[in-house]
Amino acid sequence: MVNTTISKAEITALLQQIKDPEIPALSIQEMGMLRDVVINDEGVTVLITPTYSGCPAMGIIAADIKSLLESNHISPVTVSLIYSPAWTTDWMSPEAKEKMRIYGIAPPLHSSCSLPIDALNTIPCPQCLSTNTMMLSRFGSTACKCLYKCNDCKEPFEHFKCH
Amino acid sequence: MNHKTALFNYCLRLGDQALIHSYRLSEWCSNAPILEEDLALTNFALDNLGCAQALLKYAGEVEGNNQTEDDLAYKRGERRFLNALITELPNGDFAFSTLRNFLLSAYEMELYTALLKSNDTTLAAIAAKTIKEVKYHYAHASDWVLRLGDGTPESHTRMQNALNKIWPFVDDMFTMHPDFHTLVDLGIAVDSESLKPIWEQKVNALLAEATLTIPTTGHKQHGSTQGIHTEYLGPILCQMQYLQRAYPDAQW
Repeated sequence: MVNTTISKAEITALLQQIKDPEIPALSIQEMGMLRDVVINDEGVTVLITPTYSGCPAMGIIAADIKSLLESNHISPVTVSLIYSPAWTTDWMSPEAKEKMRIYGIAPPLHSSCSLPIDALNTIPCPQCLSTNTMMLSRFGSTACKCLYKCNDCKEPFEHFKCH
Repeated sequence: MNHKTALFNYCLRLGDQALIHSYRLSEWCSNAPILEEDLALTNFALDNLGCAQALLKYAGEVEGNNQTEDDLAYKRGERRFLNALITELPNGDFAFSTLRNFLLSAYEMELYTALLKSNDTTLAAIAAKTIKEVKYHYAHASDWVLRLGDGTPESHTRMQNALNKIWPFVDDMFTMHPDFHTLVDLGIAVDSESLKPIWEQKVNALLAEATLTIPTTGHKQHGSTQGIHTEYLGPILCQMQYLQRAYPDAQW
């Protein structure tokens, strides 16, 4: 049975609760992963886009969306992955980037770059804001991050790559 | 062969390449020489798996027989796999795997850049996603080929041995299945043979800078577009498809 009384805005507001499991400080909207909500006679379709194509969090996010909406008596729910336009860190708002920094991850600095030039950029430490930092590894615990260390406060930290 | 079957096979060609390379890369998990490389290689494996998933899913949709990406990965026999031979060769040492990464990602840079202009919107979208990731693979592998090739006598020897060993399988990567030409004419697929000159230019320059010598003689192995593989693909599929063969249609 399709619940026709619920609006797209209400569903979008509900979906604020869905977080990226790897970065629980940010919702999938703030990450730019939620692309659209479509309501029609067949039910509700939530369109999400992966950050990186192999992102293993997508399965969990899709399951979280389904169970959240169904527990709010919205069904049937379909979650579809879309690839176009390709996700970019440009879709993260300045507020979202600041939340990410407070959480301890250095946010992406520039608008989407054409080359992986992280090594050449100065990434400020999310803890002490020093720019005296160095890259340890171009790859980190997830596809979207790389590893840095701060030469001043000596803390290692993760940087969310510009993508 | 009609256009639909050609497109199905084209998606398999690209998807299988990503899938089998992902398998080999994932074998490095916990085996890389340093922790940072363990992370890098498994990240590449994940990127390739995501790319394979998207391409095989689309292949299933094009075919129209309700086959999912999992069905295509787990239920096809060896002769139905269309991945280039270079992807299935055993990992060897770090030099060999790094060199393969470099040669493949240099090819994928050209392939997916060209595929951005495909008239097929799904393939163009997958290309847009993939190219962003391949740039990282290419940059990373190039750094290592330079560092190892132009490194110590030991690292140079290992890199040169890797190049001698991999070179007979490089040509096969560019081979076009005869049916793909129709797709090229329709602006859907990329003529992989046409990518070879620019690939050679880039690869030759970096290999020269890395003080490595490209073998000029020797046999060239082909066959992957016809599903004729090396002896190494079978054992990969034995392991990858074991569960679905032992417990058909098992789900979790």
